[in-house]
Amino acid sequence: MKLLVCLSKVPDTTTKITFAEEGKRFDENGVTFILNPYDEWYALVRALELKEAHGGTVTVIHVGPSANDAVIRKGLAIGADDAVRIDATQSSSLFIAKQISAFVEAEKGYDIIFTGKETINYNRSEVGAMIAEYLDQPFISFANHLEINGSTATLDREIDGGTEVVEVETPFVVSAAKGMAEQRIPNMKGIMMANKKPIKVVPPVPFDEIAVPVFYELPPAKSGVKLIDADNIEELVRLLHEEAKVI
Amino acid sequence: MVLLFAEVQQGNFKKTTLEAATYAAKTAELLGVASVAIVLGEAENAAELGLYGIQKVYQVRHDHLKNFDNQVGAIVLSAAAHQLEASVIVLSHTSNGKALAGRLAARWNAASISGATGLPTLKDGVLHVRKGMFSGKAIAEYALKSEHKVITVMGNALQPLQHGALASVETLSLEVPSPKIKIKEVKRVEGIVPLPEAELVVSAGRGLKGPENWGIVEELASALGATTACSRPVADSHWRPHHEHVGQTGVAIRPNLYIAIGISGAIQHLAGVNNSKTIVVINKDADAPFFKAADYGIVGDLFEIVPKFTAAVKKLKA
Ligand SMILES: Cc1cc2nc3c(=O)[nH]c(=O)nc-3n(C[C@H](O)[C@H](O)[C@H](O)COP(=O)(O)OP(=O)(O)OC[C@H]3O[C@@H](n4cnc5c(N)ncnc54)[C@H](O)[C@@H]3O)c2cc1C
Ligand SMILES: Nc1ncnc2c1ncn2[C@@H]1O[C@H](COP(=O)(O)O)[C@@H](O)[C@H]1O
Repeated sequence: MKLLVCLSKVPDTTTKITFAEEGKRFDENGVTFILNPYDEWYALVRALELKEAHGGTVTVIHVGPSANDAVIRKGLAIGADDAVRIDATQSSSLFIAKQISAFVEAEKGYDIIFTGKETINYNRSEVGAMIAEYLDQPFISFANHLEINGSTATLDREIDGGTEVVEVETPFVVSAAKGMAEQRIPNMKGIMMANKKPIKVVPPVPFDEIAVPVFYELPPAKSGVKLIDADNIEELVRLLHEEAKVI
Repeated sequence: MVLLFAEVQQGNFKKTTLEAATYAAKTAELLGVASVAIVLGEAENAAELGLYGIQKVYQVRHDHLKNFDNQVGAIVLSAAAHQLEASVIVLSHTSNGKALAGRLAARWNAASISGATGLPTLKDGVLHVRKGMFSGKAIAEYALKSEHKVITVMGNALQPLQHGALASVETLSLEVPSPKIKIKEVKRVEGIVPLPEAELVVSAGRGLKGPENWGIVEELASALGATTACSRPVADSHWRPHHEHVGQTGVAIRPNLYIAIGISGAIQHLAGVNNSKTIVVINKDADAPFFKAADYGIVGDLFEIVPKFTAAVKKLKA
């Protein structure tokens, strides 16, 4: 089986978010970047498990500049066979999806393309759906379980208020949610091997950005907590009813 | 024209659809164009979209639309958008809405916003839309510079606003291909409002000590008519089902009221809940980080406080 896993680079979950140049750009000063948890823990690990069970290869792909090679190496250290980096700095979902689908069309033969449920910085959940559309393939979003039998896959996916069990033939695109696999910590051997594995660098196909961020800002700060005495819960209920008007 | 994808769940519109309808109507008003909706399959109350400002509803009926499929949906919706000469498609930010929006943006070469948190504005003739980023820790404003635009509306970003009359409903006949994905089974959590739609949420963490103590949490939730949620370690230890896990790796919610009981307020937990309108925190540790994100707080032992809280709610409702 030929498997492709889309990896994105995101600020660490504990990052204090600040913006520079009057909100024109995200301030990367002192920020630690990590591999997007959904891509790493669920998408990549499930792809590796499928390869271990059924044979094949796992390639990781990333759209970004060479400064992002560290997150790609992390993917290789966890066990991917090889890596592709599309050399571009643009970050709109449509741009990224266009690049990945153009690569897949040129390369051909991927049975399953994995993405994460969402990037934890952009919170879009778009890239997977867009790749699927460009490639005219089915898209199963928010899957938390994936089994494959020959060319038929059975997946559980999260829907609003429940779970859907679906069946689909390869090739398809899937976005991985919590539950699809368990996080793997790379071992020393994996980390050593990662430095020897190839990262193929591919130039981007031309594509105009049509959704551009104009500025960023922080949400208005909370005015501060109003503490209520533990012996006076009726006061809390009154405030929720009369002041906050939520009950 | 602004085209609303009016998502139907089990034959009806959920609140998220009505919010998106309001959003579509307001966007149309801003642009000075008509607002119409498209319904795939059957909806009992299609004409009611008019109450939220939608001027006309088009219904597409076909055997292939019995279950929602994003690939089929994108083909049908973009054909409809083309036929009706729409410039903006508005969807709700639901599981299916997100997948459909991504596909539509690619198919229609549209600038897209996934999870708009407020109504759009016009600046120099360009549509600007805001969305949350970093799991609600920041807001970004985007300029949508293309002819076509796709926007999904974050749940609870605005309230459904009734101001119109029933809309006329017309059938639209379009070619509908057969879905490539087969739906084998749908398991729904019965009897309660699912977390993403819940307006009131009572959530508990490791402070509860064990699954056997959840009775007091459930009693408070039932007194309020709230849905229950939990922190991640609680779901990971199987004290509570996984669909209750909120936070960065779980469900992200924005209810009107979020009550956090025995939860420390780690940043990854807050990421999923800090957009709640009102937050109440109950924790015995006055230095718990959650108090910084709270509107109301009680410092004390949850095992004493929660039953009293339930009694006070019952008294209010009586
Ligand atoms: C990448 C990543 C992603 C994560 N994603 C999530 C996520 O999506 N959701 C999530 O929740 N967590 C997530 N976590 C875990 C998170 O960091 C915290 O570990 C977790 O939220 C802590 O859960 P808790 O508050 O229930 O438990 P604890 O941190 O153990 O807090 C228990 C609290 O209960 C209070 N308490 C104890 N007894 C009482 C009592 N009798 N009365 C009153 N108060 C009492 C304590 O003072 C304490 O504040 C993630 C972590 C990482 C690294
Ligand atoms: N720059 C990128 N390169 C490769 N894959 C990406 C990139 N950005 C996003 N993805 C993939 O698309 C998924 C969804 O991203 P998003 O639509 O931004 O929420 C991520 O979990 C990744 O798997």
